[in-house]
Amino acid sequence: MSEHIVIIGAGQSGAQAVATLRSEGFAGAITMVGDEPFAPYQRPPLSKAYLMGTMERDRLFLKPDAFYKEARCEMLLGVAATAIDRGEKSVTLSDGRTLHYDKLLLATGSQVRKIRCPGADLPGIHYLRGIADVDALRDVFEPGKKLAIVGGGYIGLEVAAVAAKRGIDVTVFEAMDRLMARAVSVPVSDFYEQVHRAAGVNLLLNTGVEAFEGHGKLEAVRANGKVHAADVALVGIGILPNDRLARDAGLGCDDGIVVDANSNATGDPHIFAAGDCTRHIGREGTALRLECVQNAIDQAKHAAIAMTGKPSTYREVPWFWSDQYDLKLQIAGLARPTDKIVLRGDPLARKFAVFHLRDGAVAAVEAVNAAPEYLVGRKLIAGGAMIAPERLADTSIPMKTIA
Amino acid sequence: MPKIKYVEHSGKEHEVEVPAGWSVMEGAVKNLIPGIDADCGGACACATCHVFVDAQWQAKLPPREDMEVTMLDFAPDVAPNSRLSCQIKVTPALDGLVVRMPKSQH
Repeated sequence: MSEHIVIIGAGQSGAQAVATLRSEGFAGAITMVGDEPFAPYQRPPLSKAYLMGTMERDRLFLKPDAFYKEARCEMLLGVAATAIDRGEKSVTLSDGRTLHYDKLLLATGSQVRKIRCPGADLPGIHYLRGIADVDALRDVFEPGKKLAIVGGGYIGLEVAAVAAKRGIDVTVFEAMDRLMARAVSVPVSDFYEQVHRAAGVNLLLNTGVEAFEGHGKLEAVRANGKVHAADVALVGIGILPNDRLARDAGLGCDDGIVVDANSNATGDPHIFAAGDCTRHIGREGTALRLECVQNAIDQAKHAAIAMTGKPSTYREVPWFWSDQYDLKLQIAGLARPTDKIVLRGDPLARKFAVFHLRDGAVAAVEAVNAAPEYLVGRKLIAGGAMIAPERLADTSIPMKTIA
Repeated sequence: MPKIKYVEHSGKEHEVEVPAGWSVMEGAVKNLIPGIDADCGGACACATCHVFVDAQWQAKLPPREDMEVTMLDFAPDVAPNSRLSCQIKVTPALDGLVVRMPKSQH
């Protein structure tokens, strides 16, 4: 009997795994299980073009239906996996079915972190993770409305940019003292703070939300003791890995499904994991969790290769991007607070980059409308290049010849 | 619907209809035409959807914006007729467009 690979999760990782399994010559059966009623689609446009209405739903899908047909991948959509029986090597589904697997890929992704405070269940409070979330938000996205955004991270700020363009009255509540504090360095936070303020967004830093108020629906947000009127709220305070299924099955989990360098889950040679749901050993040798498209794609490629029996170590440099207004933020590598920071270019010109040096080597770059800095930076990081700070800061030296 | 011809590096041709409003990159990806990776899904963030545009079509395309020009500068085997296919929006005027794939996107 031919081998059967079951993929739990119909997202970016799942779709990539199907493509790589087939390109690597896996000839057995593949089944993909996804709890949303959709084939794998792109999430990044949800908080940007899809919310804006400039990209229709059809265009979100990563692959046409014909791809799964040609790849002989059976798609079980709108069905959740509810339990893994590792002894029997089977997965139980929410519709009562049981699937036998020879190898299992957990590509379960992540879920939004819910805010816990009085009034958090009031109608009018939204989150943003899937197509259905944005469809619901778009229905109330009208000029003149008062939108309260809880969390000044990527999601909150991308939505703030779209809303400000739409003529919506936007207030962002951020508990930390700067924007995107978890993802970017201080100069980049400061730059985006000015950009959003200039666009008319009301930014409240050091302001944690205490409660949502209203009679039967959201009417106001209470923060730092003050009451702010609001018709709609969007909460974007991070995501949590979907590791419950793995945890219940006794696999090693630690805020994410723990995998080794081969994307193999702890304690079971037949189970692999990829994407947002994993805690893996990064290229710097420490365990980490990454929440991005790059990780979903690259880790799925390596996991799929490993599932065909060829060891495959995941070591790619992580990269991220965010679109806000006319600005493209591109980040490569993972910065640390102890890195030496080098500014290249002028934030006032809305085109600059921040390089992060660690022991003299380029460890990360954050580029705003600065593709050469980003692209060359990625290569410098991968190669562990040592570049003098004065050289990096000197814009008269083109990036192409900087190394 | 505008027809676009994609030519793989091997010379294999694919002629498909692509809805106006889509990008040339999406036309390839959604029709399973190999040779365009588009890791970022069309955000002009990865430079893995590089194509060469046939000479007679170059002038009919919208000009390259700064971001596309700088991203292309770092794609392998770039030429004067190179474009990032995610940045070319399909319109009825592009009916018959021919694009060729480079040897590799990485």
